[in-house]
Amino acid sequence: MKIELSRRALLRSGIATGMTAAAGSALAEDGPDPLITELQDWASYTGDPVDATPYGLPIRFEADVIRRNVPWLTADPLSSINFTPIHALDGTITPQGCAFERHHSGAIELAKENYRLMVNGLVDRPLVFTYEDLERFPRENHVYFCECAANTGMEWAGAQLNGVQFTHGMIHNMEYTGIPLRTILNEAGLGAAGDLADKWVFVEGADASSNGRSIPMEKALDDVLVAFKANGEALRKEHGYPVRLVVPGWEGNMWIKWLRRIQVTDAAVESREETSKYTDVLADGTARKWTWVMDAKSVITAPSPQQPITHGHGPLVITGLAWSGHGQITRVDVSKDGGMTWETARLGRQGDKKALTRFYLDTEWNGEPWLLQSRAMDETGYVQPTKDALREVRGENSVYHNNCIQTWAVGPDGKAENVEVS
Amino acid sequence: MSKSPDTPIFIPALGGAALVLGIAFAVASRDYGSDRIETLQASFDTERANATAAVARASELETSVAELTAAADARIAAAESQIAAAESQIAALRDQVAAAGSAAPAATSVASAAPAAGPFGLGRTAHDEELAAWDVDVLPDGRGLPEGSGDVWTGEEVFAEKCASCHGDFAEGRDAWPVLAGGFDTLANPDPVKTVGSYWPYLSTVWDYVHRSMPFGNAGTLTDDETYAIVAYILYSNDLVDDDFTLSNETFLDVEMYNTEGFIVDDRPEAEYAMWSGEPCMENCKPAPVEITRRSTDVGVTPADDGSMAESPMEEQLALLGGTEWGKERVAGSVFMGPGGVAQDEPPEEERVASTEPASTESGAAEPDPALVARGEAVFRKCSSCHQVGEGAQNRSGPQLNGVVGRPVGGLDGFKYSNAFKAAHDEGRVWDEESLAAFLADPRGYLSGTRMSFRGLSEPDEIAAIVAYLGTVSE
Ligand code: HEC
Ligand code: HEC
Repeated sequence: MKIELSRRALLRSGIATGMTAAAGSALAEDGPDPLITELQDWASYTGDPVDATPYGLPIRFEADVIRRNVPWLTADPLSSINFTPIHALDGTITPQGCAFERHHSGAIELAKENYRLMVNGLVDRPLVFTYEDLERFPRENHVYFCECAANTGMEWAGAQLNGVQFTHGMIHNMEYTGIPLRTILNEAGLGAAGDLADKWVFVEGADASSNGRSIPMEKALDDVLVAFKANGEALRKEHGYPVRLVVPGWEGNMWIKWLRRIQVTDAAVESREETSKYTDVLADGTARKWTWVMDAKSVITAPSPQQPITHGHGPLVITGLAWSGHGQITRVDVSKDGGMTWETARLGRQGDKKALTRFYLDTEWNGEPWLLQSRAMDETGYVQPTKDALREVRGENSVYHNNCIQTWAVGPDGKAENVEVS
Repeated sequence: MSKSPDTPIFIPALGGAALVLGIAFAVASRDYGSDRIETLQASFDTERANATAAVARASELETSVAELTAAADARIAAAESQIAAAESQIAALRDQVAAAGSAAPAATSVASAAPAAGPFGLGRTAHDEELAAWDVDVLPDGRGLPEGSGDVWTGEEVFAEKCASCHGDFAEGRDAWPVLAGGFDTLANPDPVKTVGSYWPYLSTVWDYVHRSMPFGNAGTLTDDETYAIVAYILYSNDLVDDDFTLSNETFLDVEMYNTEGFIVDDRPEAEYAMWSGEPCMENCKPAPVEITRRSTDVGVTPADDGSMAESPMEEQLALLGGTEWGKERVAGSVFMGPGGVAQDEPPEEERVASTEPASTESGAAEPDPALVARGEAVFRKCSSCHQVGEGAQNRSGPQLNGVVGRPVGGLDGFKYSNAFKAAHDEGRVWDEESLAAFLADPRGYLSGTRMSFRGLSEPDEIAAIVAYLGTVSE
């Protein structure tokens, strides 16, 4: 303990690292700040007129807060994925323009007037709706996260990608406006389906991949939405304009974009996306199927490799995101020593069910090395597991559903790196 | 709420009137002498007048009591029916909240509960032709399959023509495109090879997916018989059927897939949840010191883009944490099997840039019509699954097309052209606007034996647009 203390003292004095702790201090060493004492252009000249940007983009200083691609992941960017810059966002809502995209045959352009939605199969009346029809059903607003089942999938066998955008960026969180799927099913009538307990709903997209997934009726009648607005405005092309499915808490591949067909069936279709893909191979070669729910997970977004500490010693805000497909996040703990000791973080606000929850740990950093981790708990009492615990049960080839505790090693220079720890 | 809140107020008034009347009649029936009688008569008259007035008043009061009681009853009834209505509304809302299940948290206020469920009479009945066009998925038991058939040899031909440019002649996967055959008994290996043969549990999935979603960039164009033939060929490539096999809606259920028994339904609730719940450890949770066992910077596969990535080694920090060595071994086979199921051992040397930015033309020819070029750029989407243009363009399943106008046919050294293209190259043929237009209208008609599996552009103005666009792309 003595050694620990003296090392801290050294670090604090800046000798050990050669760092000066002045950064961030408002009292500039060289005297008064010209940004204050001198008249600045922006305080004198006028800015843009109101019609300069009829639809605004972020100011140019934020130009690096963008979705990024990892080219080697897939054969072709037409069937690929990019990543939300979660390292640079705060709060919980993801702006549509930087929310990750995944498509299997490119993002298509489908105009509202060319949009048709078919409901068929075991229903009383097979129906076709136009976009306008959909706007006449009573609609609801809900905030939900959408996480790709492969989020963190590159990290199974070891720490690989050095940035939270790449390790955890296949996620976004939006406020959706849409119609409960049960309202649409009710419109076509479920009498023909008989006992609903063993029925399914097969949903399919209008793009060339015609991605289709089978959803058990119980979920379809629960909280699934047929959505056409996100964060108040029309869905973006890349997120399925004009209509997508929202399947709260379940893997993103089921959130069919460009939704064109809803079919009531008496069995799962076992489409390519629920057999060849989105099944989780265990160590002995058998695979889990129908692994729909996204278990509780969290990650520290700052500090992180893309968000190093640049402000020197003293007060520091550690922040991150937590979410659970089972409901509400009830608690997030943070460890600075790789999981030996934990302290409970503060939730930005009580999180919505199946939506991102922001957490903060308002703390102090004086150059000591940290092994930062976060650990989420949800309303079911589930506690986010370590990577070793997951690997012990599942092996390293699951690809999907990696909800392990993430470790960032923060160095004395404030830089952070993606690591695994003992 | 009581049913008779106001009535007691009227009872004393009625009782009072009756008492006055009773006294009057009792007094009148006694014999007290005539003068007394007169007096009494007078007073009786007065009393009678009083009594009559009282009776009148009493009956008046009775009427108003009746009126008021009726009014009160009406109000009570109205209130009661309001209560009943409110109660049934609450019950309905409760039902809706319950139906909404976990979507509507228990704390949801009545105002934000689910809206009415309909039906609303929206939409129209689907036509049979519409259902036939879109309802084409196939279930594991074969339901949904159309009548038809195709044999392995026909399948090999169609596959070579429409699929091999990406998936390889033997479905073994070209470049980084998905492998469709082989990989048997690798699922428990460090690098499992998941193919139609080694992994897919149901034949219906193969038929359904190929029919609906392939060929990539030209989906939905295979006939039913072509699909049967191709699927027969994929089965043959996986040694699951012999070369004389014909797949049809009738033989479909005879085929046994290799890995049908290889799947279990999600067992996380039983296998994991109990183990990972409860009050977690807060102190002394693992033996000190905690060591770094693996570092992402050892692997070096993160795209270096904005310079913000940490790249400094962690030695310094490790020393401070306890100075232990950590495993330096490169994470074996660690590259992600992507969502598309495609893995490469190494990241490509040059990052692909699929920019379609038109470069300036060097020829002195008249400037192309910008609207036509823009249209052509849009049409190029039909080609971009196989061809790249612009800065850094590379050969994909088709050759890169920079400067193709004026370029020798089959003229790129690094690309493996078909024999038909090689022959045209040897004849010294060069692409110009005219020959390109003819080729793109009907690739196989123009150069029979070409490997370009593209059915051709039928709209003359699309052809003019794409040719104009190709004229603007150079290195
Ligand atoms: C231009 C390249 C290209 C061509 C041509 C092509 N494919 Fe594909 N194929 C792909 C890509 C890319 C994927 C993966 C799509 C995705 O990620 O969703 C794929 C996926 C598949 C799969 C699923 C693989 C898996 O493991 O899940 C099958 C089966 C398949 N293709 C069959 C065919 C057949 C049959 C044809 C010919 C009719 C064909 N493909 C033509 C590019 C191509
Ligand atoms: C399914 C993949 C595919 C698609 C889609 C495709 N091509 Fe091709 N293309 C090829 C292949 C493969 C070749 C080489 C042909 C050969 O060797 O026989 C080729 C050759 C060519 C050539 C000749 C290049 C040379 O070096 O001689 C041109 C020009 C061309 N394609 C243009 C187009 C255009 C324009 C489109 C879209 C309208 C298109 N292609 C669509 C695969 C494709």
